[in-house]
Amino acid sequence: MELDSKIPGGPLETKWERHHFDLKLVNPANKRKYEIIVVGTGLAGGSASASLAELGYRVKTFCIQDSPRRAHSIAAQGGINAAKNYPNDGDSIWRLFYDTIKGGDFRAREANVYRLAQVSNLIIDHCVAQGIPFAREYGGLLANRSFGGAQVSRTFYARGQTGQQLLLGAYSSLVRQVARGQVTMFPRREMLDVVLVNGQARGIVVRNLVTGEIERHAAHAVVLATGGYGNVFFLSTNGMGCNVTAAFRAYKKGAGFANPCFTQIHPTCIPVHGDYQSKLTLMSESLRNDGRVWVPKKARDTRRPHDIPEDERDYYLERIYPSFGNLAPRDISSRAAKRMCDEGKGVGPTGRAVYLDFADAIQRLGKAEIEARYGNLFQMYEKIVAEDPYTTPMMIYPASHYTMGGLWVDYNLMSTIPGLFVLGEANFSDHGANRLGASALMQGLADGYFVIPNTINGYLAGTKFGEVTDSHEAFKESEAEVEARVQKLLSIKGKRTVQDFHRELGSIMWEYCGMGRTDEGMTKARKLVADVKAEFWENVTVPGSHADLNQSLENAGRVADFLEFADVMLLDGLARRESCGCHFNEAFQTEENEALRDDVNMAHVAVWEYAGEGKEPIFHKEPLKFEFVKLATRSYK
Amino acid sequence: MSGKTINLTLKVWRQPGAKAPGRLETYRAENISTDASFLEMLDIVNEGLTLEGKEPVAFDHDCREGICGMCGSVVNGRPHGPERETTLCQLHMRHFADGDTVVIEPFRARALPVVKDLVVDRSALDQVMAAGGFISVNTGQAPEANSLPVPKDKADLAMDAAACIGCGACIAACPNASAMLFTSAKVSQFALLPHGRPEAARRALAMLAQMDACGFGNCTNHQECEVECPKGISISNIARLNREFIKAALGSAEELPVIK
Repeated sequence: MELDSKIPGGPLETKWERHHFDLKLVNPANKRKYEIIVVGTGLAGGSASASLAELGYRVKTFCIQDSPRRAHSIAAQGGINAAKNYPNDGDSIWRLFYDTIKGGDFRAREANVYRLAQVSNLIIDHCVAQGIPFAREYGGLLANRSFGGAQVSRTFYARGQTGQQLLLGAYSSLVRQVARGQVTMFPRREMLDVVLVNGQARGIVVRNLVTGEIERHAAHAVVLATGGYGNVFFLSTNGMGCNVTAAFRAYKKGAGFANPCFTQIHPTCIPVHGDYQSKLTLMSESLRNDGRVWVPKKARDTRRPHDIPEDERDYYLERIYPSFGNLAPRDISSRAAKRMCDEGKGVGPTGRAVYLDFADAIQRLGKAEIEARYGNLFQMYEKIVAEDPYTTPMMIYPASHYTMGGLWVDYNLMSTIPGLFVLGEANFSDHGANRLGASALMQGLADGYFVIPNTINGYLAGTKFGEVTDSHEAFKESEAEVEARVQKLLSIKGKRTVQDFHRELGSIMWEYCGMGRTDEGMTKARKLVADVKAEFWENVTVPGSHADLNQSLENAGRVADFLEFADVMLLDGLARRESCGCHFNEAFQTEENEALRDDVNMAHVAVWEYAGEGKEPIFHKEPLKFEFVKLATRSYK
Repeated sequence: MSGKTINLTLKVWRQPGAKAPGRLETYRAENISTDASFLEMLDIVNEGLTLEGKEPVAFDHDCREGICGMCGSVVNGRPHGPERETTLCQLHMRHFADGDTVVIEPFRARALPVVKDLVVDRSALDQVMAAGGFISVNTGQAPEANSLPVPKDKADLAMDAAACIGCGACIAACPNASAMLFTSAKVSQFALLPHGRPEAARRALAMLAQMDACGFGNCTNHQECEVECPKGISISNIARLNREFIKAALGSAEELPVIK
């Protein structure tokens, strides 16, 4: 597997512009001769579909939901970063770039992150023109707020529903192209394989989730924008349908999987409260702008929060990280919460929670102002927990939220399979070992609106395409494999449900590959996961038929892939001989329990190549070169 | 978090496919924690059915945070159940009493046919959006974001309308199965913003024509939609749509579109 990042030379500031010029172009009249498949309709897939169609390409877009508007980007709450420097507080493209690469603990490529910061401003321009109702000041201009891990106010937001608004913006551009006939939309389809002809990605095989029919779709290039794999932990803030299947099937066809152990655990989620629980709910990190995080100083203190006097409370983020305080980055805040709970200072019925308290902010700003800022979040909390956060501090605990790892891509966002592009959370490209708040929306839209419409031209114009239709032998083979797997799942007729297996996998991964990791734990987890996987294929029960809507069957396929994928994640965790960002191996820590990086030996992207059934994947490295920033210890103190 | 549990009798609409007849089936939901969500309660019932070798109840859901708009069934006659401004996934079992009988049916409207059990086909809503629920701006064309100020009150009203999650509860609640609240929310969002004005007339005419073509009814001011909307979308948006429609039909050069 060759890992050529194809990063253009020259100064950081002009790499992207020069690359534009160096990329071959497709003549406008020729664009309609190319068909492009886009899988997924979140921020990355929706924006890519719309932009490619606007250019004149014929686009076929697929999603598993009933409508492209449902993709899980819709649930993002807090905001989207851009380097507009509207508040005049010292922001710049360089600062956004630097914050993002530092926030990622120096495990991302300089050139990619710089490009992201460069296009961030164009995204805001475009989204405003689409009619996205961003928050505004009384003068009618756009409002900004600060967000986790940043000391400037560069986050644009639409109440607590920024993801929804940005996604509906991308969706509106997408349906406009559907109406123009430039995009053909295929909802309720699940991609189950990428089809390669002469080593090039030339199509996909999908299951029609309503009829059960296996369909073949050919194209000149395939774009995956299928999101992250946070549901490997079973409980996460991801939607129930989020899965690794499309990315993992691509991996099995030869796409390298990069940094799978980099999984973000978000510090502010509603704690787990029962074993029937199906998912965890995020409370936007924007709450940390005004909420203060604390635990009782005394371990196992069972008093109600109001009964604990001020001097017996430990506002531990403010104490340990005075300069960032409650706004410390996600990985740092999450680990600190875990540490407090491990020390017995956790609160609530399970002892796995910390307080997020708004009493001071309400006193300072008034209840009305807090309601204006966070009303919908407070309401959501009250619905779930049945406690009023205006009067009783919220309880929060970290949960799986986002995955920085993903399919390896070069600067053009192309994977190791020619013609297979990967965008958004599904790729590994921009966040390194930890993602800062309000940067996922930025990356998804940067990839879809501004990167892929440029880089795909270079591939299409520079590649010779043989005539390939969906009756090609490779499609037949792929379809047969997919069919066989569906039939196999239905034929096991065992004694345990799919969800039961998923929950067991999740608890293993959370315990041994969550916020605190050890070699011993991860090694043990590999064995445990292998056992669950073996039992799954002997003892799972999938009722119903293959020939209609069968949600058990859909889930079975996804959980089967998670069971295989989990091992790659554990291998990656074991191979990374350092702690960095979200990856915290207890053997590598400072005296103050902070992550201890090894920049000499570990400044690389770890890429895993599928080696065949039952074989260990092959490990590759893409060294990360830092020419423009100095690697510094990430201090938020 | 109370730690209480309840037992319920469920009557659930089961329908194997779009063309097959459906019927209510009775199931027991036992030892349900009152802290569980309604969909988690259905998960528990479905796990039981699966272990008995029966097909679980099919229902649409995804984010379980009340924002994706995928879930929604009619619970005891009300779309998304009894709580105001609450999607089914955010409805918790503490709002039910031990021993209750709960009737669960799909959204019913000619334009939203049943796919299976509680799952309906809402692609008609995408068609209404495709008719005009957008601002025609291509990537790369946009001027600088702050070049066009938007009065804060207008931006806030636009955001109120934009909060629609497209679940279809308004249609299920309406005696005419009208999609006016849904359509008006999008028309209003763009009508309130200067960026949306150039196409306002076209948009109002086209989206309404598509709404009719999809088989949705018209609005006769029952206001059920507003009561059942999980996002609290106001019917003043329908009034705004009507004004936009009149302006467009009588005061603009746009022709009324004909959609077959």
